[in-house]
Amino acid sequence: MSLTPAVPLDVDPLLDDPETRIMVCCGAGGVGKTTTAAALGLRAAERGRKVVVLTIDPARRLAQSMGIDSLDNTPRRVKDVDGPGELHAMMLDMKRTFDEIVEAHADAERSRAILENPFYQSLSAGFAGTQEYMAMEKLGQLRSREEWDLIVVDTPPSRSALDFLDAPKNLGSFLDGKFIRVLMAPAKVGGRAGMKFLNVGMSMMTGTLGKLLGGQFLRDVQTFVAAMDTMFGGFRTRADATYQLLQAPGTAFLVVAAPERDALREAAYFVERLAAEKMPLAGLVLNRVHGSGAAQLSAERALAAAENLDERRIVDQDAGKVGVQNSPETPSGSPEPEPAHSVDGTNSADGTDGTDTVDAHAQHLTTGLLRLHAERMQLLAREQRTRDRFTALHPEVAVTEVAALPGDVHDLAGLRDIGDRLAAGGTRPTGAA
Amino acid sequence: MSRLQVVSGKGGTGKTTVAAALALALATEGKRALLVEVEGRQGIAQLFETEALPYEERKVAVAPGGGEVYALAIDVELALLDYLQMFYRLGGAGRALRKIGAIDFATTIAPGVRDVLLTGKVCEAVRRKDKQGRFAYDYVVMDAPPTGRITRFLNVNDEVAGLAKIGPIHNQAQAVMRVLKSPETAVHLVTLLEEMPVQETVDGMAELKAAGLPAGRVLVNMVRPAVLDAPVPTDVRRQDIAKALSRAGLGGARKGGRAEQLVEPLLAQAADYEERVALERRQRAELAELGLPVHELELLAEGIDLAGLFRLAAELRKQGL
Ligand SMILES: Nc1ncnc2c1ncn2[C@@H]1O[C@H](COP(=O)(O)OP(=O)(O)OP(=O)(O)O)[C@@H](O)[C@H]1O
Ligand SMILES: Nc1ncnc2c1ncn2[C@@H]1O[C@H](COP(=O)(O)OP(=O)(O)OP(=O)(O)O)[C@@H](O)[C@H]1O
Ligand SMILES: [Mg+2]
Ligand SMILES: [Mg+2]
Repeated sequence: MSLTPAVPLDVDPLLDDPETRIMVCCGAGGVGKTTTAAALGLRAAERGRKVVVLTIDPARRLAQSMGIDSLDNTPRRVKDVDGPGELHAMMLDMKRTFDEIVEAHADAERSRAILENPFYQSLSAGFAGTQEYMAMEKLGQLRSREEWDLIVVDTPPSRSALDFLDAPKNLGSFLDGKFIRVLMAPAKVGGRAGMKFLNVGMSMMTGTLGKLLGGQFLRDVQTFVAAMDTMFGGFRTRADATYQLLQAPGTAFLVVAAPERDALREAAYFVERLAAEKMPLAGLVLNRVHGSGAAQLSAERALAAAENLDERRIVDQDAGKVGVQNSPETPSGSPEPEPAHSVDGTNSADGTDGTDTVDAHAQHLTTGLLRLHAERMQLLAREQRTRDRFTALHPEVAVTEVAALPGDVHDLAGLRDIGDRLAAGGTRPTGAA
Repeated sequence: MSRLQVVSGKGGTGKTTVAAALALALATEGKRALLVEVEGRQGIAQLFETEALPYEERKVAVAPGGGEVYALAIDVELALLDYLQMFYRLGGAGRALRKIGAIDFATTIAPGVRDVLLTGKVCEAVRRKDKQGRFAYDYVVMDAPPTGRITRFLNVNDEVAGLAKIGPIHNQAQAVMRVLKSPETAVHLVTLLEEMPVQETVDGMAELKAAGLPAGRVLVNMVRPAVLDAPVPTDVRRQDIAKALSRAGLGGARKGGRAEQLVEPLLAQAADYEERVALERRQRAELAELGLPVHELELLAEGIDLAGLFRLAAELRKQGL
């Protein structure tokens, strides 16, 4: 029932293509990034590829079902995967990843000094952008191991999908930045022409900050920066290297969104950004889309029919016709009187065998079913409108749809189901239940 | 009712919306409430359909019965500059500090400083009095950072303890903690009836309690109204439903008739609905175990506009908040 059918996103060829080496699932918070990443990983593995999925903050039960609930920051092989491929999965431990960078680049003594530095500890435990930076870092590590055909990456829960692209650079620039260097060695910078003012500002600055934060804190920062600086080639450089990986042809971005205004607006920003950065977008996953097996019945008609039934029930009660629910079933097709008024105004060829001896409970239940249906159809219409708006803005973006399942997704069977829907949702109009 | 109401919750569950509705509800009948935003996203301005808020208290709405809602979007950089100005009289040097990124540095790299500035500003508004000695605001409602960060955010004392053992930041942190840990404050968590937000709420409340912060209420948002008043009986006869549909004018009840064709899809939708309701029931049970007051706010199908906000506020009042 889509007005402007979007280009379908065919997921399987993408998963099967040996050239596809990295798939990144991005999107606003809570839209289904982790679920999509895990489902794609499982599907690719069951189709024969050797896959690793890097998840970030997965729901507890999902992590348990994949056997990755213990945080050890390395991929574990997932059991009960069907077919010829392999699925490995891990959950990102950002602090551990940071610690590992330090340990890999310093001797035991120095790395201990850094790991014990209070400033380092607050930085690695949850500084803005640390999680994004470490996700990128881990992706780079996994890629360089050349152990897997395909790496599927989940992205951290943030309100904006853009954070994934921006935060690592920001953190990298910050740590490598002029400012922090100046803080370490004001004299060096101040000696250069034109930087005098900066120097003056700086000493006053360190003085003020020292008063404000305590001198110890500043010393911690300085020690930390000094230790990091001599060890390895800079945070910014590392972030840039992974960023380039994301621009490589073997990378495919999938933007995940729910068919809601905010999520789709976010998706549109992200699509535009990817284009600007020349990062390869595979398409949009519209997750948690609603459908109906009875879409031929509109919300308005369903509501009118429900009201009609309610009125008749009142009439029946007044006429003493209740209590017929145990009467034997009227044989189908037996001639029955016409309903008093037909809601759709047509008494079609298949006959209107409405009857006055309808089970009262069934009749009450049916009004409920009709109201539920009306609600579903109103939801469908709203989702359709937001979707059409996105397609009008970005007709070039391939789309696949995944139905909203009534319960959440927390085991391999659920992931398989989502995988099937991801694959089918691009080729048929609505994959909804 | 505590005078400082802190609203947190998992991202996207409706913290900003619920905080705004709460401010409206508290301002009803001639009271004054201040709604404070600390994450610099201008969410309040969007909600009240006004232009972006500057860093000053502005009236954004009049509550039923003549109360007033003021709003403040705190700008951390400006707050720090004010602060430095107050204690160190920097003059024009403040601007220079900003230019070279020093302010950015201080507020970003030392998250504790940022949090002390934000909570400090909020607590100042809570304690502020006018010339007659009355409180400037009857209530202050804070649209706070999400559950994952709320305890650290409010526990500024611990955060800055390692940084500043003496001096103005230290003193400020002490003053803030006196307000935040007192009965003057209540920290509420917004959740949905879904597994992850509920889990976060349970964990979040435990963390707050462990840190000695006053756990307030659970605010369940976007609750869908019940449509079926009883479960579909397992032995329901398809034919009876087909007949009822037909009776309602939706076509023939015979096999292959238009009414009959609706039966299976309608029952499938009912099964989805019941599965969801069962899931919601489990989430409600988990929340009940917290032993805290729980309030529910309905999902407004057409989304939130100003009218919707007033409806949520009325609902909160009805529930005695
Ligand atoms: N198609 C679907 N039908 C039903 N439930 C779904 C569907 N997709 C995801 N979910 C559920 O929605 C919740 C959020 O999904 P998920 O964790 O994948 O989102 P996310 O984008 O990774 O969130 P975050 O931004 O917090 O990391 C989970 O409980 C998941 O089981
Ligand atoms: N009761 C409700 N009925 C319908 N829509 C709602 C309801 N509450 C919130 N919303 C909508 O849900 C979305 C998220 O709400 P809001 O911005 O208040 O959440 P938040 O928790 O503040 O998000 P963030 O974590 O991004 O700050 C908004 O589009 C809002 O209009
Ligand atoms: Mg996730
Ligand atoms: Mg918000």
